[in-house]
Amino acid sequence: MATEPANPEADASATAPSAACIKFDQVVKRFGSNTVLDHLDFSVDRGERVTLIGPSGSGKTTILRLLMTLEKVNDGVIWVDDEPFSHMRTPGGQLRPANEKHLSAIRRKIGMVFQQFNLFPNMRVLQNITEAPIHVLGQDRAKAEARARELLEMVGLGDRADAHPSQLSGGQQQRVAIARALAMDPEILLLDEVTSALDPELVADVLNVLRDVARETDITMLIVTHEMQFARDVSHRVLMFDHGRIVESGPPDQIFGNPTEERTQRFLRAVLEER
Amino acid sequence: MDTFFHQLDLVLPRFWSGVWLTVEATLLGGALAFVLSFVLGLMLRSETLVLRGLARFVVEFFRGTSIFVQLFFLFYALPGLGFQLAPLFCGVLAFGLNYGAYGAEIVRGSINSIPAPQWEAGVALNMTAGQRMRRVILPQAWARMIPQFTNLLIQLLKDTPLLSLILMADVTYVMQQVRQASGNSIAAYGLVLLVYLVLAYLLTLIMNLLEMQAKAKLGEGRGVRGLFTARTAPGGAGSPGGEGVVGP
Ligand SMILES: Nc1ncnc2c1ncn2[C@@H]1O[C@H](COP(=O)(O)OP(=O)(O)OP(=O)(O)O)[C@@H](O)[C@H]1O
Ligand SMILES: [Mg+2]
Repeated sequence: MATEPANPEADASATAPSAACIKFDQVVKRFGSNTVLDHLDFSVDRGERVTLIGPSGSGKTTILRLLMTLEKVNDGVIWVDDEPFSHMRTPGGQLRPANEKHLSAIRRKIGMVFQQFNLFPNMRVLQNITEAPIHVLGQDRAKAEARARELLEMVGLGDRADAHPSQLSGGQQQRVAIARALAMDPEILLLDEVTSALDPELVADVLNVLRDVARETDITMLIVTHEMQFARDVSHRVLMFDHGRIVESGPPDQIFGNPTEERTQRFLRAVLEER
Repeated sequence: MDTFFHQLDLVLPRFWSGVWLTVEATLLGGALAFVLSFVLGLMLRSETLVLRGLARFVVEFFRGTSIFVQLFFLFYALPGLGFQLAPLFCGVLAFGLNYGAYGAEIVRGSINSIPAPQWEAGVALNMTAGQRMRRVILPQAWARMIPQFTNLLIQLLKDTPLLSLILMADVTYVMQQVRQASGNSIAAYGLVLLVYLVLAYLLTLIMNLLEMQAKAKLGEGRGVRGLFTARTAPGGAGSPGGEGVVGP
């Protein structure tokens, strides 16, 4: 990573920023000359479920991919549990670019479910779920498999443990992907349009699984979705993005029921008309 | 025709040793090529410039200079520098390096053809780079490599008559002698053709079984075991075709 934070000394000497679980601090992300995130600031509290909405290209996926370490920031700092993320502290208190070990420690806390599921086709359903717990967390096989079967039961696929991913419908694959992410016991779960690739009749099952997860766990969730009713049901807060900036933010009832910004109103009307 | 069988009878032990040499050179050369394909192919993808550059040089060198000349060089020129190599060793080395260079591109290309989201899913599960490669990417890439490796292996088989250039009696060489002694070109060369056809078919058969097995791991087709079980057993929902196809 070639970039340095805007002011390393100042950042490092600052005490723990807050109780925030995730904090974006003046984050800049560019692809070539295209500035996707322009000095973005926002934070998410522990256990909070936040939905990101906004038009295509507004940078929602980029935010999740930065958190998953699939992209690197150009400037600014991301904090997770008060640890700088793209940078790490030296013993002297300086910040320097993160190495692989530091990134791995951060990733350990974060799970992600992708729009296209991305199950491993060379592994059966059960192994998709147990692979990382066994080989990354070092759990023993029996324990990992027992937990995987519990999770499969929870997502309604208790009888498909031995299937190949290619033998499952999209909705079933996505539920396996959710189980796979949960098997790593993430503190933070990132969901990027997890129902967008599904046939309409398969969407409900996936969303119901996620409603259960929201109800029964205290996992911090960052959700990108066009399913407005779902967002209303599960999120504590909604952030409306446009051009990599937050246009409006507030509780779902306010954003969906009574948005103040003209841009939000226009976006929500467009989404409704699509249905 | 009688002279032909008589001559053949006389050289029969040498015929079989010729066939064996052809098989031996193909399998040993193929094995070396296989190992080099992975070593060079992975080096071609390395982030370290030196490793990448070295692999690129080796690959371009052996693809760009003829195997014919390499054999001569190894066998006739190296002794001048003080290295006397056994003929079979020269042959296996030349075949291995040549086909390893082509194989390296197969390995590299097959790995690159696995979509990026598979790597990303590995990152999201906090797998190390090595785990992502070994446990996720290579098993998928392997299924794509096999048919291309099959082609190389058949080509290698068909290159083995070059061994006669370094004084080795492969099956083609032996049958040339039979032809000269008997005067029956049709029978002599017909038999050689048949030998290569059978060998190529056997290699293809084995490689196809490997491919079926690799694909079955990906949930495609019914796998090798599917060949021996009744067709009525359903392969599960959405298992596409490809079953039972063996042979060139
Ligand atoms: N790898 C990349 N290379 C170049 N540009 C990219 C890359 N990824 C994203 N972008 C650009 O960044 C901008 C934001 O993309 P992003 O995927 O974050 O938007 P989004 O809000 O998720 O949109 P959508 O609703 O369509 O998924 C877009 O202009 C996109 O073209
Ligand atoms: Mg997106």
